[in-house]
This record gives sequence, C-alpha cells and structure tokens, in this order.
Amino acid sequence: MPTSDALSGRIGQAMGPIRALPAFSRMLRLTRPSREDALAFAILAALALLVFRGAEGAVQPLSSLHLEPVTLDPWQLPYYALRTVLRMFAALFASTLFTLVVATLAARSRAAGQIIVPALDILQSVPILGFLTFTVTFFMNLFPGNVLGVELASVFAIFTSQAWNMAFSFYQSLRSLPGDLEEACQGFALSPVRRFLRLDLPYATPALVWNAMMSMSGGWFFVVASEAITVGNTTVTLPGIGSYLAMAIAHENFHAVGWAVGMMAVVIVAYDQLFFRPIVAWADRFRFEQTAGGERPASWVYDLLRRTRLLPVLFRPFGAVGTLLLALEPRYRPARSRKPHAPNPRFERIRQVAIWAAVLAAVVWTGHYILASLGLLEIGTALGLAMLTMIRVVVLIALASLIWVPLGVAIGLRPRLAEAVQPIAQFLAAFPANVLFPFAVIAIVHWHLTPDIWLSPLMILGTQWYILFNVIAGASAIPNDLREVAGMFGLKGWQWWRQVALPGIFPYYITGALTASGGSWNASIVAEAVSWGDRHLEAHGLGAYIASATTSGNYPQVALGIGVMSLFVLGFNRLVWRPLYAFGERRLSLS
Amino acid sequence: MATTASHSVLPLIEVKGLNHYYGPPPGGHLVLEDVNLTLNQNEVVGLLGRSGSGKSTLLRSIAGLIHPREGTVERVASEDCPDPSVSMVFQTFALFPWLTVQQNVELGLEAQKVPAPERRARALAAIDLIGLDGFESAYPKELSGGMRQRVGLARALVVNPSLLLMDEPFSALDVLTAETLRTDLLDLWSEGRMPIKSILIVTHNIEEAVQMCDRILVFSSNPGRVVAEIKVDIPRPRDRLDPPFRALVDEIYARMMARPVPSQHAPNGVQPGTGIAMVLPHVSTNTLAGLIEEVDGTPFNGRASMAELADSLQLEVDELFPMAETLQLLRFAELRGAELVLTPAARRYAQAEVDARKGMFGDALLAHVPLAQHIRRVLDERASHRAPARRFRDELEDHMSEDFAEETLSTVTNWGRYAEIFTYHEDDDQFSLDDPQ
Repeated sequence: MPTSDALSGRIGQAMGPIRALPAFSRMLRLTRPSREDALAFAILAALALLVFRGAEGAVQPLSSLHLEPVTLDPWQLPYYALRTVLRMFAALFASTLFTLVVATLAARSRAAGQIIVPALDILQSVPILGFLTFTVTFFMNLFPGNVLGVELASVFAIFTSQAWNMAFSFYQSLRSLPGDLEEACQGFALSPVRRFLRLDLPYATPALVWNAMMSMSGGWFFVVASEAITVGNTTVTLPGIGSYLAMAIAHENFHAVGWAVGMMAVVIVAYDQLFFRPIVAWADRFRFEQTAGGERPASWVYDLLRRTRLLPVLFRPFGAVGTLLLALEPRYRPARSRKPHAPNPRFERIRQVAIWAAVLAAVVWTGHYILASLGLLEIGTALGLAMLTMIRVVVLIALASLIWVPLGVAIGLRPRLAEAVQPIAQFLAAFPANVLFPFAVIAIVHWHLTPDIWLSPLMILGTQWYILFNVIAGASAIPNDLREVAGMFGLKGWQWWRQVALPGIFPYYITGALTASGGSWNASIVAEAVSWGDRHLEAHGLGAYIASATTSGNYPQVALGIGVMSLFVLGFNRLVWRPLYAFGERRLSLS
Repeated sequence: MATTASHSVLPLIEVKGLNHYYGPPPGGHLVLEDVNLTLNQNEVVGLLGRSGSGKSTLLRSIAGLIHPREGTVERVASEDCPDPSVSMVFQTFALFPWLTVQQNVELGLEAQKVPAPERRARALAAIDLIGLDGFESAYPKELSGGMRQRVGLARALVVNPSLLLMDEPFSALDVLTAETLRTDLLDLWSEGRMPIKSILIVTHNIEEAVQMCDRILVFSSNPGRVVAEIKVDIPRPRDRLDPPFRALVDEIYARMMARPVPSQHAPNGVQPGTGIAMVLPHVSTNTLAGLIEEVDGTPFNGRASMAELADSLQLEVDELFPMAETLQLLRFAELRGAELVLTPAARRYAQAEVDARKGMFGDALLAHVPLAQHIRRVLDERASHRAPARRFRDELEDHMSEDFAEETLSTVTNWGRYAEIFTYHEDDDQFSLDDPQ
C-alpha cells in the first residue's frame, strides 16, 4: 500500500502536521458532507427563509399597511431592513435584465444604438428623484388595492438609479470587444446566442459587476425617498429602513435615527460580504488578460462555496437559462464570404428624418407644455436657480479637492495605508449621506446660520468619496521610478506637486470629480430642502425648486426643473469634464 | 504528402479580381488591387509582404471574415474534398481567457453542434496531436506564448478544415519558440498527420517563408498587389545554411526591394506616392545613424547584403526595409540588387561629429524630402514663422489615409527636429522655426 500511504501523507501535509489517517475513515471523510458543506447550507437556507419571509409582506392587501403601521420599535428594524434589501435586490435584478437586453440591442443594431446610447447617456446624468412623481400612479393602478403596486413603484424608483450606468458600461464593453476574439467567433460561425454566451457576456462581466456595486450604493440614496410615497392626499408608507428613518426624522427621535444608521451599516457590510465579494472574486476569471499576475480579489464566502459541492447547484439555474437560450439557436451555417447587404440609402434617410422629427416633436411638445402652463418668466427663474446650484457645485468640488487631493496622494503613496483606507472610502461612498442631514438642520437652527450657505455642504457629503478613492488609486499608480527620480533630485513643495503628483493623478482625479459633480447635482434635490421634525430649511437653488414642485405636485414645474438640471449636467460634462479628460489621456497618461 | 511532387494539381480556392478599399463606399483607400490567385491541394503557400500590404486583408477575405468590395473568392469542390472549409490561426492567438484549453479547442465543434462525447474525443485527439496533452484543464493565462499558439493551432485543426489559414502565426513568439513550433508544424505536415489539404501562411519573415512554403507570393504595398510568384524547390527538410536556401533568400530580398518605377521624382520608386504625397515610414534618426555606422564598419565596409544585415542586426524585413528605403530617399545609400551600398555622403556622415551630422541630415532632408521642403518654405514665408500642423495634416489627407498622414507628419516632425530645420509644439499643435532670427 505505498501509494495510499503517500496519498495520506500528502493530505496530512495540506492540513498541517503529518498524521497517518486510516484508510476507512478517509473514505468516510470523502463521502460525508464536509463542515464547509454544512456551513454553506446553513447560510443558504437562512437566506432563502429570509427571502420568503420578506416577500410575504409584499403581496398583502393595501389595508394591511394601516393595520401594521411602521413603528419606531428597534426590534422591528431587522424586518424593515429585510424588506428594503429585497426591494434593492429586486431592482438590481431588473436592472441586470434591462442591461442585458437593451445594451446588447444597442451594441448589435446600429439603428437601435442611435437612439439608446444618447438616451442612456442623458438618463445617466439627470436627476432621477424627479421622476418619482410620474411613476407612482402608474404602478399603483397596475395592482389596485394591493401592496405590490406600491412595492413596484418603490422598486422602480430604485431601478431608475441603478440601471443606466450598468447598461452604459455593458454597452461600452460590447463595443470594445477584442477584435481577434470577434474574428474567431465569426470564423467558427458561432450563432448570435452562443457568441453572446461565450464572448459578449463573459467579457463584459467584470465591468458590469463593478457598476452593479456602484449602482447598489447609489440606490440607497433613493430608498429613503421612495418608501414613503405620497399619492394625492394619502401617503403610503412601506415598511423599510427608509420609512423608519423618515419617521424618526419626523418625530425628532435621535435614538431611532441612530438605530437606522447602524442597521444600514450592518446591511451594507452583510450584502457586501455575502453577495458582492464572492461575485467579484468569481468574476475575476473573466478579466481579459492573457498573463496571470496582480492580486486576485479574495472572498471567504466564495472560498467556502468553492470548497463545497454547492457552487454548481447555485449556478445550475443560470446554466439552465443558457441551455434554454441555446435551444432557440438556428441551424449551423458555416461562415462564408457574403456580401454585406448595404442599407438602402433612401430607407436610411427616411429613418434619420423620422428620428429627428420625433426628437423635434418631443422638444416642441415639452416646450409648449411648459411655456403654456408656466411662461417665460418661470423658465428664467429656473435658469437663475440653476446658476446658484452650479456655483455651489463648483465651489464644493473645489473645496473637496483641496481637502481630498493632498490626503489621497498621501495615502496612495503608502501602499499599506491605501489598502486599509480604500475599502473604508468605498463604504463611505455607499453610505446614504441623507441620513445625516437632520444633524445639519439642528446645527443651522441652533447657531442661526444662513441655509443658502450652510446647507450646501450636504450636497457633496456623499459624493466627495469618489474624489478620494480615485486620487488614492491614481497616486498608487504613479510609477516607482518616477518617485525615485523625484527623491534623487530632492523635489519638494510646489514643484513636486506640479511635476510629479498632480500630473500623475490627473486622469484619475478627473474621473472622480466628474462622478462627484454629477452626484452633487442629483443630491441637491434632497440637500437644498431639509427638515427635522417640523423645522424646514430651504436654500435657494434648482434642487429646492424641484423638491418643492414635487411635494406640491406641480408637474410642469417638475418637468422644467428636471430639464434645466439635465441641461446643466450635460453641458458641464461636455464642456468641462470631457475636454479635461481628453487632455489627461493625451498628455498625462503614463503609457 | 507535400514532398511527393508528382501529382496532378487540384485547385482548392480561387481568388479572382479582388479589389478592396478601406472606408465607406464609394471611394476609400485602396488596399488590395486586382488580386488573382489559386491555391491548390497539397501545397503550403506563403503570402510575403510588409505590414500594411493588405496580405492580412486577403487572408480574411479567404476566411470569409471580410467581404471584398469587388471580386470573388471561390471554394472549389472536388472529389476528395466535396465541401472545402477553412480555419484560421491568429497572430495574437485569439484564445478566450475564461475558457480552458479544452473548451477553447471545442469552440468550433460546439458551434457545429457536434454531440458532447464526440466533441470531447475529437478535441482530445487534436490536443494530443499538437503536443498539449496534460494541459487540457489549463487556462490560457497559465500557458507560455508557444503553448498558447499550440492551442490556437489545435482549435483550428479540430474542425477538419481543408485549408489552414495562418496569420503571422509565429511573429508574436520569441525566436527559439517560433523555430520549435515551425519545425513541429512542418513535421506534422510532411507526415500527413493533419486533416488539412493546404496551408496558406501570411508572413513578413523571408526565411520563414522559404523554410515552410512550396510557393511564395510576394506582395507589394499600397495598394497590395501580387508582384511575384516564387517556387521553392529545395527539398525538405530545409537547412537555413544551405547555399541554395541562402541564394533564394537573397533573390527574394532583391525582388522585394526592386519595384516598378511609377514616377520621375523618386528615381527608385521606393516610396509609394511622390512629392508631399509620399508616405514616410516611422524610422528614427538614431536607427538611421546606427544603420549607417553598421554598414560603414568593418565586416561590411560600406556595402552589405540585406539578408546578412537582417541577420547580424536581428531585424525583420518589416523593420529593415523602411530603414534602407529612407537611406535611399535621403541619398545616403543605393540599393543594388539585394545589396545596400552607402554613398560617399553617408560615409562622411559616419565619421562626422554630432553637429556636422545634423547639418548633413538637414541638407539631405531639404533636398530630397518634399514635405520637409514644403513645411520649411511655409514657415520661412510667414512673418511669425509659425504654422498650424492641422494645415499640413489636411494636405496630406488629400493624398493618403488618415493613419498614414499621421505617421508621415510625425516622422517628418522627428526628422526636422533632429536636423533643427523646424520644430513642433504639441501644446498648440503648431510648427515653427526652431531658432527664428
């Protein structure tokens, strides 16, 4: 039995000190479910139970909400958190489906892409909060008298904050597929479905997962706003962390706010560890690189699942969907040189004209609607308020940059520190800053400060972290040889910043500042009008304008506000950030 | 299989009157001009040419990946090959990083809906044939370059193509690995162990072409045209140091250097286009100086055969030809057959100091490169001695594609800067006189 001895020796080595295992017990070990199996099973079973428990509440008649109104009892919080998380995951699921269908369509069909791509680009940067007003009624009418309608409205609101950037990232991945792999697919005559499963989907997965994480963080911001829904004179309050928090703020209950904030932190850490980390670790295999290297993302849950036999079971549904899709595959046709049928020029022209006519009609109709109900003066007012908000955004981005760029560079140049700080910055970015707004109100009221100035910092509270973690990433990417040259010549002070640090982080900084500025515009809707109990504070700005129009149900004003804000955000991106980004790519990229 | 020379010639693929353009129809930049060729069964054919000569485009037209604007690619059915098919090996391997070796190899079979057990058996056979057994479950990123290209080869062979297309299959590999792979492939071919009828290989390595092919088609660039067809009758296995092998390599060098002379301005017709429409390849002044010094130095003494030069400098045709042609353009060298001969000016240059060299280079530039003359004249005429680069870029784009215009302008900028006859400012995209007086 030399072989089995050697084998048991090897097993022993892997487990630590060598000990001889009798053959029988080793066989037993192999057939009996391992400890990992039990652990993974317990986790999965618990998750499944939670999902059922949460979903139960979502299909009750509407009256049940009045029988069991949201209370500030902290013991109810875990249940509320469950409901909220389920909503967010439902929205994430919808966003993923939307992404796979719409982005693929945009990438594959030129005609569809022509409409979808600019639409996504705009939707990415418009204030989504403003849409809420329009969608709630629709969903409530879908399931009259049932909680499900309200639930769907809330899910849709979260969806609108998640879907666009996911779809855009997927589209961009599909547009940048490696040419040789595309040719290989074409050469072997892979059907569109098989090509999608073999090339498109795997290639786009890492970026999609990353964007899904960002979207999830963004979604929290809207949870608070979307769970207490006002329709006409009645307010429907769905059980969830958002409405708990809203209630705590209305009742000026500090303890409850604290409980809610704590619960959110727990939930964010939990889904990060149980859901996103394993997925990131898994998606690493799809990163397009031909050489092994760099650190692989690690996740204890993923390692656990991998060591058990549960991973294949978990993936079976997805495999089944793939098989189902492949059943629709057409018969195999070998690749042959066929003339690409050129688009009919006349038909093409008609299509172009139709698109432009539709766009023009939409603009004219919206313009007419706003003009007819509000008049030119109102448009002037909105533009003026937008200027105010813009000044806030610019000043705040500048201030945040002054603080976070030096700090970020200092952190980024120390790899150990950067490793420790990076996840914290990401957590802070995921944390919904609006839960901290009440504290600002108390401070402003207490010291009699001007809301116009002192409400402003709230806008950047949640978005400044993008600047920080991009600068950290940029600073750690500055090549060591450049830093050594700087050290050799004793570069210091402003020269060091001007010639080493700032050019090194520039492209990263621009990415961060772009995200932060877009986010701040969006946040202005909640940050320029804040309340604590019955104290309401308002700053003059476009955000407060949209917020008050939403509360009073003035649809033309909401439309005008959203339109003007979109205009400013898009203009800002096109005229400021894009050129700066292009400059950085051209002159300051390190490759 | 290929060594048995006495068999009837059976056509496999016929390419007729192929014209292809880059850019939207009508118009565009002509990349392939009137290409006609026939590939027969049981032969290895090489497409030899410089990068940008359209040989990869031709290969992709035959593979069915590109639809040429004019002309046809016909697969000729015959008794022992009723339905000719093709399969391609890529320069960059084109492996899916998220699929294992075996899954990569099975890709084509999967698309053909071959049932799983058969798929597996065939893939394993191909993996075995190509010398990859043991690596079935590895991911591409775990393999060396040579092993990856073996996967590419196995993947192409497993679908039993009649014609194997290879797009510079060894050029991304180091010299030793490439040699091993070539030898292995030739062994498999000579022993008839691959399921294929013919191989069409694109390369810019002359020795590789002579070593592997029965027939070599030499491509000219801009537009791509077949300018010569060379039969290789050297018995296999071929030895690179064999005199007939060397002689043939030299002959091909000579053929590739000498090209029909279309114009009076460029006496040797080395550069496609004339006047400012001449495409100037990226050749750095340091390389030119190095080449002049090398040829001026001891073993060569001002006269070197291109093949030897390529050997001693470890340069590919693709790198050496543009250098030699630039020297010729500047009248620093002449090409006689397959030999590069330095002019007296170049020999003076080799001995000169830095500043004298710059002066000589500047004189040559202003005398023989119309674009350099043109830029200098415009700068001299203007009071400010500045001119936007955009203007010259536009002028160039009237004559050539955008990429070529960019390359040409960047080359002339480098040369002009070195010779100090003008300079360029990236910030405002302007040319100016280096030292305006």
